[in-house]
Amino acid sequence: MVAGYRRVWRSRIVLYIFRLFCAAGVRVRYSVFSLARNALGYHRGWSRAWRSPEPRPRYDVIIIGGGGHGLATAYYLAKNHGITNVAVVEKGWLGGGNTGRNTTIVRSNYMLEANAHFYEHSLKLWEGLSQDLNFNVMFSQRGVINLAHSDPQLDAFNRRGNAMRLNGIDAVLLSREDVARRVPLLDCSPTARFPIMGGLLQPRGGVARHDAVAWGFARAADAHGVDIIQNCEVTGIRREGARVVGVETTRGVIGAGKIGIVVAGNSSRLAAMADVRLPIESHVLQAMVTEPLKPVLDTVVTSGATHLYISQTDKGEILMGGDLDGYNSYAQRGNLPLIEHVVAGAVSLFPFLSRLRMMRTWGGVMDMTMDGSPIIGKLPVEGLYMNGGWCYGGFKATPGSGWVFADTIAHDRPHPLNESFTLERFNTGYLLDEKGAGATPGAH
Amino acid sequence: MLLIPCPWCGARAQTEFGYGGDASVGRPPDPQQLSREAWLDYVYLRDNPRGPHLEWWYHAAGCRRWFRVRRDTLTHEVLVSAPPGEAIEDGSP
Repeated sequence: MVAGYRRVWRSRIVLYIFRLFCAAGVRVRYSVFSLARNALGYHRGWSRAWRSPEPRPRYDVIIIGGGGHGLATAYYLAKNHGITNVAVVEKGWLGGGNTGRNTTIVRSNYMLEANAHFYEHSLKLWEGLSQDLNFNVMFSQRGVINLAHSDPQLDAFNRRGNAMRLNGIDAVLLSREDVARRVPLLDCSPTARFPIMGGLLQPRGGVARHDAVAWGFARAADAHGVDIIQNCEVTGIRREGARVVGVETTRGVIGAGKIGIVVAGNSSRLAAMADVRLPIESHVLQAMVTEPLKPVLDTVVTSGATHLYISQTDKGEILMGGDLDGYNSYAQRGNLPLIEHVVAGAVSLFPFLSRLRMMRTWGGVMDMTMDGSPIIGKLPVEGLYMNGGWCYGGFKATPGSGWVFADTIAHDRPHPLNESFTLERFNTGYLLDEKGAGATPGAH
Repeated sequence: MLLIPCPWCGARAQTEFGYGGDASVGRPPDPQQLSREAWLDYVYLRDNPRGPHLEWWYHAAGCRRWFRVRRDTLTHEVLVSAPPGEAIEDGSP
């Protein structure tokens, strides 16, 4: 009887101490032990992953945009360069823009030299990201397969694969039989509308949980002392002479030594606040998911025939995306003709999809540059930097982009990995046009 | 579905049309005399407004003629359309 009372009291005391510990806001290192400890408290005791501080009057660096790229920049500024007096200002909520709207594909299968080195650096960071951030970003290297529908396309893939391998990136040319074996539900029959001639596989490519990327970088940056300020829209950039001195926001003026613009969809508007015009058009891109299924597709498949990229999420939904809607847009929503186009392409490649119901569609605004490559570097105003114009390929670059951009801001010059991504390239003619589509932003 | 007002055929579904981009960009009258900065401006730089935007559309599956439309890029509302060379009078900024 007495022993029973003692047991009850002991467990109550353990619980009480534990709740006190959590309520004090002590940052818990995520591990199997913290998980077990919190399980005892019915998971009601987890502390917030980052603070929500009031903005200070001045910071050494202000990052405009609390998406993956902005948060990664802040994290690497603190971790790699010891610059911790940093604020990330976000007009909405973290990862509420394109970080939470993309199709989560990660790859580095680029042909052009500058692209190959930059995206491969990013992929290497992905491979250690969960450990580095102490946050599971659910990076899954399930491979990315580009389908070839004709002999010339297979030749082109062969060339790109060889270029990748010369740059130290993994690439495997697949025959039709290889593709059929890896993707059993793909229609590889000779009568298929878009016949499969083979493919190019990057085995180290894959997907990651996009929200976790924003949250993981936010938590890790916050732990280094970075202030993350949400619901704070930048309405102006203050200058004295040729130099930036701060930002005007919906929560007042905040002084800054340096400012980095890291937004998606609104790069032109932010740059215009400092009288800079950009080679960018904003376009809307849609993505969609079906109802959840049991596992049927364990890799990422892309096709240039109708332009489709498709994978299965961990929740079981079939996740699809395709082309831009095709006209300038700042609306985070698109129109039905493009959805029909994407679905028609998907059903022609994967006939089993025709029986599924569409669960959700959504849109995001893409900053489409004139050569299809991002702009990462200095803007022609002292102390002002930009990391944007990611077209619709920014998610895969998140860690790499933050890494090189932090280096660029810290040293006031581009890192060798991003010196080809300057704004000046449009003036000098050294464009990075991976697709060769020319100055037509909607075509990249 | 956007309804694009073709000046000759009337309002038709967007699937009949092609898009030609910013119509406020004029081809330089004397390209041989153009400076590099002016070329940069003409070929690459755009205002990219969040709001009314003057743009080219092409009635590909109709009369196959090019024309200009002023459309709001935030709301997708089509404000007015006009054939090439004609002034657009709609009072929008």
